[in-house]
Amino acid sequence: MRILSLAGRRLAASIPTLVLILIGVFLLLQFAPGDTVDAMMAQMGGGDAATAKELRKFYGLDLSIPAQLGNYLWRLVRLDLGFSSIYGKPVASVILERLPPTILLMTASLSFAFFFGLVFGVIAARGVNRWPDTLISTLGLVFYATPSFWFGLMAIVVFSVYLQWLPPGGFEDIGTMRTGIWRVFDIASHLVLPTLTLGLIFLAIYLRIMRASMLEVLNLDYVRTARAKGLDETRVVTRHVLRNALLPMVTLIGLQAGTMLGGSVVVESVFSLPGLGRLAYESVVQRDLNTLLGIVFVSALLVISVNFVVDLIYARLDPRITAEA
Amino acid sequence: MDAVKRYFRSPAAVAGLILLLIVIAMAISAGWFYPRDPLALAGRPLVWPFSNPRFLLGTDNSGRDIAAQIFYGARISLLIGGVATAIAILIGILVGAFAGYYGGWVDNVLMRITEAFQTLPNFVLLLVLVAVFGSTLTTVTIAVGVVSWPAPARLTRAEFLSLRNREFVQAGRTLGMKNIQLIFREILPNALPPVIVYASVVMAVAILLESALAFLRLSDPNVASWGNLIGLGRDVLRVQWYVSAIPGIAILVTVLAVSLVGQGLNDALNPRLKGR
Repeated sequence: MRILSLAGRRLAASIPTLVLILIGVFLLLQFAPGDTVDAMMAQMGGGDAATAKELRKFYGLDLSIPAQLGNYLWRLVRLDLGFSSIYGKPVASVILERLPPTILLMTASLSFAFFFGLVFGVIAARGVNRWPDTLISTLGLVFYATPSFWFGLMAIVVFSVYLQWLPPGGFEDIGTMRTGIWRVFDIASHLVLPTLTLGLIFLAIYLRIMRASMLEVLNLDYVRTARAKGLDETRVVTRHVLRNALLPMVTLIGLQAGTMLGGSVVVESVFSLPGLGRLAYESVVQRDLNTLLGIVFVSALLVISVNFVVDLIYARLDPRITAEA
Repeated sequence: MDAVKRYFRSPAAVAGLILLLIVIAMAISAGWFYPRDPLALAGRPLVWPFSNPRFLLGTDNSGRDIAAQIFYGARISLLIGGVATAIAILIGILVGAFAGYYGGWVDNVLMRITEAFQTLPNFVLLLVLVAVFGSTLTTVTIAVGVVSWPAPARLTRAEFLSLRNREFVQAGRTLGMKNIQLIFREILPNALPPVIVYASVVMAVAILLESALAFLRLSDPNVASWGNLIGLGRDVLRVQWYVSAIPGIAILVTVLAVSLVGQGLNDALNPRLKGR
């Protein structure tokens, strides 16, 4: 219960941040060339000035900027993100349709990066400055420097074009109507390459942090006590070291949530996944500013919720955090 | 001097420095080896690498020399990476210094803004900035700098928090130095080393951000950039995969070099933390 109230307080503290972001981006978008009505008129194939004026009045775009901002924030409170003229639907429903692939991709990449980062970090720390450590650390550096979109393209060349093991893009096979478990397998096979592509850089970061944090904890007194007690090395690592060494890794999830969402813009474009990131890219190209603002709102919300969950996990791993509160 | 010796004792740091010097040499000598416009038509399209001595690395979909674009691309990457990093570090130092030195409401306001920038995914903010201000070389460079400052700001603030009540600062205050003088002449030089080391991380990320933007064709299309070339090569990926592969290796090597140099500097300046 105390954990929840603590995390809840952190959540409440992020509301001003959210409002700040929205106001900032809203004002920023006022500088953009062309507004929603211009985009609509272009979509309709042009129109006269009177129609444009009528439409601007209808969407409240003839008001002063502070009034528009006030209207926008008030609509947000009611979870109304406005209307997308490009998709001809409310922005909220456009975003909602695109959310599942992104969340699936992010969860899969995070799990991949976290798990293998943990395993490789532990292996590297156990053999510090010997060949497994050198190999893993070098690979980590190379992965960190690899542009994700380039890795994705090369993976397509190898696994989809030459070996033909995995599909080169898309979220599922639309040609064949699959149901139940086969659909799950189909989607999973489409997500293998995007997950690896998005997860690679985070794998590099996690393994580096895990290695450093293992080395830190392995030198602490309580670990020496555990060894002196006669525990074998595996027990020492799994039961004593890991829990403490995991703390920085968990912090990192929260810090990297935004970066991961940003990375999925690129990865979704490479693999033509119909997700939130690709929607962000499309709305920039098509100048659909209402949708872009909606995406800003939803991605900030996503980052804040990831941090909320991280706070909960953190308090669970380290009881001192709730004791101090 | 000790730090220099320590730097050159690490093989990884030396390797990084050599790679970085090679990339810099490529950027400087681009006009020398390839006096013609790298984006001009040079020969038949899609010549494979090493098949024609005139085009060592082949040509792209529209018959432009890939090697020339790689050399000129080094210029663009280093330019955008360098300038954007300078912008990010400058904003970061200013915000972090004022927040850390003054504390109280100044700190509160500045940290709220920093938090807002960190909550919004930086690539999404980059898209918004490009959508608003367009994608020329200047706007893209500034935009990359503007999305990268929060981390250096937090680092500078942490340094200032630990330094602001040290004896040498109190001595300066007793001497009647003004706040601005204390911040920039006394505390900043002491707070700078970790921030400078962190600049290598900012630069690595800045180069990756720009190349990703260029790959999505949202960066300046009128300059020879590695990301642009990868994006172009995507259209012929199935057979002529080398058009995308070659510039990607250039990005990888550059980012790797910058990170290795940064890590080498870090280990040389903080020998106690070596191996972490």
